[in-house]
Amino acid sequence: MRPLLAVDGLTKHFPLRGGPLNRTKAVVQAVDDVSFEVGAGETLGIVGESGCGKSTTARLLMHLVPLDHGTIAFDGKAVGAGAGLSRRDLHRQMQMVFQDSYASLNPRLPVAMSIAFGPLVHGLAKSASLARARDLLQAVGLDPMLFANRYPHELSGGQRQRINVARALALEPRLVILDEAVSALDKSIEAQVLNLLIDIKEQFDLTYIFISHDLNVVRFISDRVLVMYLGKVVELGPVDRIYREPRHPYTKALLSAMPSMDPRRRTMDAPLSGDPPNPINPPSGCRFRTRCPFAEAVCADVPPTLTMGHDGRAVACHMLVSGSGHRRA
Amino acid sequence: MSSIVPVVSVEGLRVRFTTPDATVSAVNGVDFALEPGRVLGILGESGSGKTVTLRALIGLLPRGHSHVEGRITVAGHEITKISEAELREVRGTKIAMIFQEPMTALDPVFTIGEQIAETIVRHEGVSRADAYRRALDLLEMVQIPSAVRRLNSYPHEMSGGMRQRAMIAVALSCRPAVLLADEPTTALDVTVQIQIIVLLRQLQRELGMAVVFVTHDVGVAVEVADRIAVMYAGRFVETGPTETVICSPAHPYTAGLLASTVLGAAQGQRLDTIPGTPPDMTSLPPGCSFAPRCRFAETGCHRALPPEFALASDHAVRCLRVAAGEIAVAEP
Repeated sequence: MRPLLAVDGLTKHFPLRGGPLNRTKAVVQAVDDVSFEVGAGETLGIVGESGCGKSTTARLLMHLVPLDHGTIAFDGKAVGAGAGLSRRDLHRQMQMVFQDSYASLNPRLPVAMSIAFGPLVHGLAKSASLARARDLLQAVGLDPMLFANRYPHELSGGQRQRINVARALALEPRLVILDEAVSALDKSIEAQVLNLLIDIKEQFDLTYIFISHDLNVVRFISDRVLVMYLGKVVELGPVDRIYREPRHPYTKALLSAMPSMDPRRRTMDAPLSGDPPNPINPPSGCRFRTRCPFAEAVCADVPPTLTMGHDGRAVACHMLVSGSGHRRA
Repeated sequence: MSSIVPVVSVEGLRVRFTTPDATVSAVNGVDFALEPGRVLGILGESGSGKTVTLRALIGLLPRGHSHVEGRITVAGHEITKISEAELREVRGTKIAMIFQEPMTALDPVFTIGEQIAETIVRHEGVSRADAYRRALDLLEMVQIPSAVRRLNSYPHEMSGGMRQRAMIAVALSCRPAVLLADEPTTALDVTVQIQIIVLLRQLQRELGMAVVFVTHDVGVAVEVADRIAVMYAGRFVETGPTETVICSPAHPYTAGLLASTVLGAAQGQRLDTIPGTPPDMTSLPPGCSFAPRCRFAETGCHRALPPEFALASDHAVRCLRVAAGEIAVAEP
């Protein structure tokens, strides 16, 4: 089956300039050679700690920042200048919901206008756009009679995030990227918005890319999960298998760092020490080696490649490739 | 349990903030006592009054804009009665606080060493050289790598996890009997969060401190607290031992909060949510504040505030259903 979205070798390095001549002093390797596919109708979760490149990946997919290398194909058509799908076409197919529900709405527009804005600039008549906005308000559980003419500051965080979801749906996209979309909400509201996301996914036949630092939420909503560390993919596969039996040492550490939720079985030791290193000049070879308990010489010399196993799971670790030079391989 | 003298006792705490437009009732009757060496976790959503309660304990609410009622006693000092000068003596030596965002809590223009030494010199009158030696010990105690070098670092030169450790060192510099922690791990990544949790638990045991730990995260509360108080609309709606509150919650809000917290097992199924939104703290309903969102609410719930009912000697719940015997919680 052809994937809805195919990403190959996605790379973005941000130069840090400074000094009197504004020369490049360092490079932030935000996203480095990231490849994955998203099938129609599935939810791909992306997890990782701050600075691992998950949000930059989302922005690259949306073409909100230009990419350095790599290709993005949507439904078999390449995206980019001169290619099959223009940016404008892409945005009809792919929309995004951001973390900060207030900053991502125009404070001077009534929310119905914010929702109708997309269809309007894409050529739909004003009355039809507003009618669609009212339908979408209904779909996200807000009564259009009460909410259509309100301004963002008159709504609660959960209601505003519903508006953002409605706006993302206004162009009838097939894929929605949710970048920490429920992270700023209180738990009881987060649960309501997660339920909404499950409902509209079915109703509008959507595909999701769900980015979050909250491992519980990602497990809850995703079919497959992609684990990132300092701009690289370290593990990718079905969510159940990865959570039950993580293979990459980083995935293992990440999952065992989750608070236990069971008062009788508290976490006694932190699995990792120190903070994630800076993505400016990351470690050579495997980027996790500075915090990895199993690191050996080969890990500093050779970057591991993401290797697909027979169980539908890809892992980038020398320990899992026989003949890699690692003693545990 | 009652023979030990509590190090913190709070009776009838109410905090209101008045603005020309409205009066916000942030805390509406909180009572608790905390014994030395125990950890109380206050669990609640944003706006439930958990941070305001914590700030009242250390006298950090703006006098003039806030109206505090009730009695707060910390290590024999009545926080609400004493002068600002006396309060300065109590802070640091008897009670200290750590915050969510170390970057804004630490002073950006002084090194970590200077900030720790300042506290020690101010409270104990020792020489600066002695204070610096103590500062070094403290940095080693909070497990900051290469502590000697870090003594001369500025906050911006440190990573988030290290800054949080440095802030803990500042707070513990004069051996307080009570540590207040306001979401100290919320801004951190999971792998760093668990390091700080393990460190705080270890220091708490070693130093025998009482800790009040405020969080919105059930998992974090479970990891640190001996007892949990669930806060809603400025009141403790359920208090009890961590295991009782988490494993057999009695208040509908606690149960709803736990049900809407996503846990591994139920993948992709709709969550059992609490309908509606938290109440407007400027005009709280006269009865149970949770009644408008509660599926079990009856007319009695809307009429008058339910008092605290003891389900067990150490488990109290503010709910009429508990009083009516509709919920009986088995001892775990």
